[in-house]
Order: sequence, then C-alpha cells, then structure tokens
Amino acid sequence: MGIILEVDQVYKHFGGVKANENVSLTVEEGSIVGLIGPNGSGKTTLFNSIVGTHPIDQGSIYFEGREISALPVPAIAKLGLLRTFQQTRIYEKLNCIQNMLVSSKPENDTVYNVFAKIPEELTEKSENLLKFVGLYQKRNLRAGDLSFGQQKLLELAMALMNEPKMLLLDEPTAGINPTLINGIIDRLIKVNKEFGITLLVIEHNMRVIMSLAQKMFCLAHGQLLAEGTPEEIKNDHRVIDAYLGVQ
Amino acid sequence: MDGILLGLLFALIAYGMALQWGVMNIINIAQGELVIMGGYIAYFMYTAGIHPAFGIIVSPIIMYFVGWFLYKSIINRVVERDLFISILATFGISILTQQLMNFVFGADVVVAQSNFGTTLLFDDSVTLPNAKIFSALVSIVFAVALVLYMKKSRLGRAIRATSQNPRAAKILGVDTEKVYAATFGINAALCGVAGSLIAITFTLHPYVGLPYTVRSFMIVIIAGLGNLPAVALSGVGLGVFEEFADYILGTEFRIAAVFLLLVVILVYRRFKLSKKREYLK
Amino acid sequence: MSKNNIIIYGLILVFGIGAPFLFPAYKLQISILWILTILALTWDIQGGQMGYNSFGNILFFGIGMYVCSSVQIGMFFPLSEWTASGGEKTFLHTTSQYFEGFTYGLILAGIIPAIVAALIGYGILGLRGHYFAICTLGIGIAAGEIAGGIELIGAGQGMTVPPWPKGIGGTELRSQFFYYLCFLTVSITFLVIKWIYQTRFGLVLNAIRDNEDKAEAMGIHTMRYKIIGWVVSAFFLGIAGGLMGNMIGYIEPTEIAFAGSTYGVFMVLMAILGGKGTLWGPVIGAAVFHIFKEGFWTFFLGWQYVALGALIIVIVIFFPEGIMGWLREKYPHRFGEVVDEADRTAQVELT
Repeated sequence: MGIILEVDQVYKHFGGVKANENVSLTVEEGSIVGLIGPNGSGKTTLFNSIVGTHPIDQGSIYFEGREISALPVPAIAKLGLLRTFQQTRIYEKLNCIQNMLVSSKPENDTVYNVFAKIPEELTEKSENLLKFVGLYQKRNLRAGDLSFGQQKLLELAMALMNEPKMLLLDEPTAGINPTLINGIIDRLIKVNKEFGITLLVIEHNMRVIMSLAQKMFCLAHGQLLAEGTPEEIKNDHRVIDAYLGVQ
Repeated sequence: MDGILLGLLFALIAYGMALQWGVMNIINIAQGELVIMGGYIAYFMYTAGIHPAFGIIVSPIIMYFVGWFLYKSIINRVVERDLFISILATFGISILTQQLMNFVFGADVVVAQSNFGTTLLFDDSVTLPNAKIFSALVSIVFAVALVLYMKKSRLGRAIRATSQNPRAAKILGVDTEKVYAATFGINAALCGVAGSLIAITFTLHPYVGLPYTVRSFMIVIIAGLGNLPAVALSGVGLGVFEEFADYILGTEFRIAAVFLLLVVILVYRRFKLSKKREYLK
Repeated sequence: MSKNNIIIYGLILVFGIGAPFLFPAYKLQISILWILTILALTWDIQGGQMGYNSFGNILFFGIGMYVCSSVQIGMFFPLSEWTASGGEKTFLHTTSQYFEGFTYGLILAGIIPAIVAALIGYGILGLRGHYFAICTLGIGIAAGEIAGGIELIGAGQGMTVPPWPKGIGGTELRSQFFYYLCFLTVSITFLVIKWIYQTRFGLVLNAIRDNEDKAEAMGIHTMRYKIIGWVVSAFFLGIAGGLMGNMIGYIEPTEIAFAGSTYGVFMVLMAILGGKGTLWGPVIGAAVFHIFKEGFWTFFLGWQYVALGALIIVIVIFFPEGIMGWLREKYPHRFGEVVDEADRTAQVELT
C-alpha cells in the first residue's frame, strides 16, 4: 500500500497570520490518520489547502502521486478526494434522498446525463447508505429540518455516495449525541475497511481518534508539532503542553 | 475637465449608497430617484423665486425626512433579510416615485437656472460653467463634512459600530433601529444635495434616475465599502470615462457605455478572483 | 397522473382552446398572458430553481423579437430600406412570403438568443448573488440603449413588422392565429420545463441554489448546468419575443423589445408572486399579476405605476414565498409533503 496523500512543506498565510507554516505529512492508502491540535492550530486551513479551496503560498500536495495544489475544488473532487465540513454543508431545501441523489459519483456527471431520469439503482443506493448512517426513517425530511448531528450524518452519507478514494473528515463526532458516538466509530471503521476509503480525520475527542487512527499528526500554531502512533502521541509531553496552553 | 467635476458629484451619491450597503446590507435601486427628488426640491425653490443654490441646504433637510419616512414605512421590514429583497422593494419604490414626480412636476425636462456665469481657463481655451465648479466644491465640502461627522459624532460612531457588527452593537446599547433610520436619512440627504447640484448644472426629468443608481453602484463595487478617497477617485474616473464615451460614441450611447462598463468591470473582477479560487461576495 | 392533476390540466386545456370563442374581446390580452407566463416560467429556471436572480433575461426576449422581424423582412426585402421608410408603405409580403418568413424568423428567434446565452454564460454566470442580479440588469438595459442606436433595425424609432397578408381573412383570423400560436408555445414551454425539472438537471439546479460551493466540492460541473439552464430559458424567451413583436405590430428598443425596467422586472415579480422555485408558481403568478396590471392600467391610468410599485412592495415584504408557498404551508398534504410526525421526531439509532 503506497502513500495516497503527501503534503510537502506547505505554507499558507492570511494577511499577517501564518495559518500553516512548513507543514508536511503523509497518509498511507487504506489507513486512518488523525490530525489533532488545539483550536487555531491550522487544521481546517490545512484541509482547505489540500482540497483546493484556496491556493497555497508554498509547497506541494500530492494525491496518488499527482500534484494537486494548482487544481480547483471540483477537479480534486473528481480525482476522488472529498472532505466534510465542521459546520455542515448540505442542501437545505431538498430532502435527504435528493441530497444523496445529487451527490452521486462524478462519473455520473456527464453531458449525456444532464437530462437523464434518475435511475432506480441510484435511489436504492441512496436508501442503503441512509440506512447505513441511521437516517433511513428521515429520508423524506428536508435536510434543513434535521438536527445538527443528523446533518453531519447526512453529510457523511453524501460523501460515501460519491465513492471517493479518500475522505477528509472535519470533526465528524462534534455535535453528535454521545450515545451515538460508538456507532459512528464503528461505521467509520467499516467505511475504511469495507469500502476501502482512506480517512484523514480532524478530531477533538481523544477517545474517538485514539480508537480510530493508526497514525497521528499534531499541529500547533500552524506548525507540525509531533507525529506518531496514538500511543506515542498520547505520551508526548509537547502535545500535552500544546493543549494545556503552555508555551 | 467636465468629467472630473461630474465625477465628484457621482462620488457623493456613491458614498450614500456605500453607507446603506455597508451598514444595513441593502442595495437601494431608488437611489437615483432620491437624487432627482432632491433636484426637484431645488427646482421648486427656483420656480418660487428663491435662488436654487440654497437648495443645497434646504434639499438635504427635506430629503432627510423623506429618507427617514421611507425607512420607517418600508425599508425597516427589508433590512434584516436577503439583499435581493431589498433590490426588489427599492425597485418598487423607484417606479412609484418616478410616476409621482411625473405627476407633480410634469414630464418635461427642466433646469434650475443659477446664472453663475462661466470661468475661462488656460487663455480662454477652456470654458467652465461656474455652476459646475460650484457643484464640485460643494460635493467636496459635504463629503469631507460627512467623513468628519462619521468619525467624531456619537451617531457617526454608532453607525460605524453597527456596520461592523449589528448584534454586538445592540448588546452594547446602540439603538440599531435609530441607526438604520438615520443612515437611510443621511443617504437621502446626500442625494438631496447631489440632486440640487444636478438641478443647477444639468437637467431634471422624472425618469432619468436609474443611470445615477447604476453609476453609484459601479463606484461602490470598484472602490469598496469603506473608503471615501477611493470612492472619490472612482467617481472621478467614471465621470471622465463618461465624457469620453459621449465624445467618441455620441450621446445616444452614453448611457449604454455606462451600463456596459459595469458589466465589463464585474466580469473582469470575476475572472481575476476565480484565479484565486474566490468569488465576489 | 392523479385525479386532481388531470382535472387541472383539463381545465386549462379547455380554457386555452376555448378562450377565443368564450372571450373574443380579450384575445390579445390572453395571448399576452401566455407570453407573460413564458417569461415567468423561464425566469424561474434561474431565479427560483437555481437561486440566480436575473434582471436581464429580457435580453433574450428582445434579441428574439428583433431577429424574428429582421428575418421576416430581410428574407425578401432590403432591411435598411424597410426601416428607413416605415415598412409596409413600400413593401408588401405575399401570403407565402409572410408565413415562410415568419417560420424561419421564429426558428432563428429561438436559436440565436440561445447561442448568445451560451457565449456570455461563462462570464456572467460566474458572478453570484446581487452581483449577478445587477450585472444582468446592466446588460438588459444596455441592450435596449444599443439597439436604439443601430440604424439598420430602426434605431430609436424601432421598426414595424410585416403586416398580415391581405386576402386571407382579416383581423379576426390574425388574432386567432397568434392566440393559438402563443398558447401552443406556452404549453410546450411548460411541458419541457416540467420534464427537465424531473431529471438530474432539476436536482443539480436546486443543489446550486442551496449550496453552490458544496455542489462544486462534490465534483459537479456547475457551470455546465448553469449555462444549459440559461440556454433553455433564452430559447423560449426568444420565441416569445418573436411572437410578441408580431402581435403588437411594431418593435421599439427600450419599451417593447428590451423592456428591462418593465417586463424585465415583471418576470421576476410574477415568479415571486406565484411562488419561486415551483412549477406552477410562475403560471399562477403570471395570471394574477396580469389581472392586477390590467386592472391598474384601466382604473388607475396616470397612477398605474404608483399602484404597481406599491404592489411590488407589498408582495416582496409580505408575500415573499408567493401564493404557492402560502398554499404549501396551509395544506402540506396536498403537495405530497406528508411527513410522519414519528419520522420527524425519531431518534437516530446506530446499532
């Protein structure tokens, strides 16, 4: 299994703020990698850089060996690299099934399909994935009427609908009812093992990320602070200091 | 030369437009109509025997109340909503006032004579109607006065606070209702001044408001929302451009040139931003 | 098709076909109603379904109008002479010439605006929100001003369209002919739009409206859909323009063809009044609006725009969801929006 994502010495600033400074990391295909760090350490900015939301100032980003830092968001999405958002992004006025249908994989988005009727298999697939995240009962509800946690699940399902090769998850369990978190962990593991999707996960919930990830990276003040296995990171005093705010 | 003087006038109207957009997040399609209304006030004074130059004092006062009234009756229901709603609502106001003015003042093109005479410059090779110089000076004076007012006075500071963060301002005790009403009133007053100046230097007509609206919109998008010097500069730039277009393409295409320039600027901006993977918000 | 739907379609069909006989004095009015309905329906593709409020769709209407007449005339006579001389006084179309010209005119009236939409779409549809709105407003008005300066098509005076050929029935037949042509066009427009909304196209348009960034982030070619939508609108708008120009009898650049400050905005209002983003909203909105407008012009002449302005303000402030929106809220079950209370409140379970 090779390296599917490589971030190489990436710099990104906004005005005077150095959001990412000389950040490098690699993700092995088929693995689950965690990205942690206190608030403001540049995690979401890094996600945005990887996925093409903004151009980076310096450095390179490689997905499956291909340099993607100059590509716009839709092109990167078509290569199979997707992300979910901290503040959920779904189509509020459409119902859950419609949200799913419109998220089908990019190969479906051809010129010939523009006026095609929605095929049965797509509807079936949508329903199955909604069942997978536990939203089947709510499939006819408007997405905008769902609770925050439910919207997060929908967003996850929509990403799966798109059949990506790698998924960047931005705080997937934030805002989710704690009783559901174990279920989420199970599903993410399934997504990784059975669907074969590589995961890079930003998380604040240490229990969650420790049980998911095989490798972890910790950011602080825009820079890479530490990397290693969950065990190593847990015991790394620099990481502990960063969270406790000790300079 | 003409263009510069004209441009300063545009800048004044644009500043009012920027004020409302920045503070209340509304785009006022009826801006041009407010200007014309202000102009008719000056014209009315002229027909009543008073020298229309006094319009620059009377008109803003009356227009302030007009603006305040418009706010209380219509605009306040539109403020906290979608920008697009404000476009439609103010469009309604604009066609309503167009016909009202037509009814009250008739459809003829009118001018308020100021009899200011002309100045000759550069060895008699350039003639400048003094009325236009007067307009330019008045525009500058009012613009500067406004900026000072916004910086120093309580209301000015309240307005600036509200534009940055309405909720925070409310919590800190600013009466946002009053601020909004005042802002709209100030905008109307600015239009009043501009209108009186237009009454003396150009012509008035009930249906000639829209181009003024478009010009001020253009200036705001070029110059941004905050910045008076940028607004002034863009205003002047636009004024000069218009005079050129008039000269080269002929008067029939003057308005078309203005609107097309708007389209060109927006599309150019869009392509430049898309390189940075952003878009105009 | 459900029983209710059949009844509704049936009633409209009966009304549509029978109106010239039931209300002969109002033929022209109802023809214009059909044209207005096309305006509202096509606007809603951008405005209601996609969230791009265009104030410039009138551009295509005007282009279609001018193209149609220019073809009708230009096929047989020198266009510049026609416009210079006031048309019918010096040139007369024979019956076959008239219909031949009209046919080609209408076809091109649909195709040329569609091509224009495709060409300018990439630049203009890249703008969002109010920038798109005002930019399109600028285009609509600029087009009118420019057309007013082109001598070939009559400049500010505009041009007359070819008159109805003598010898085949008089004004009766003419108005019936145009009436049915309008009804046919609006029916086709409605059915085509209804169909495309049920395909992937409809879903993507809605996705763009609800969250364009998300749609792009999921790999959708949003620009493709935006342009296709505009092309469809432009096509039907162009044909509507060609019909309108011929019905009215003459074309004037800023008031009739590129009527940006009137019809250009009316199409927005009709769609909002009836219910943005719904299929029937624009249809209902056009009907209600037309009735109000005719009422204002008849009873408030001299004040009609004051009344209209007031109506706009009232609609926009108190009725932004439109008639369909209001109906949907009152009778959700009639719209298939039944959602089980149990489903709504159920907890999500992940076992």
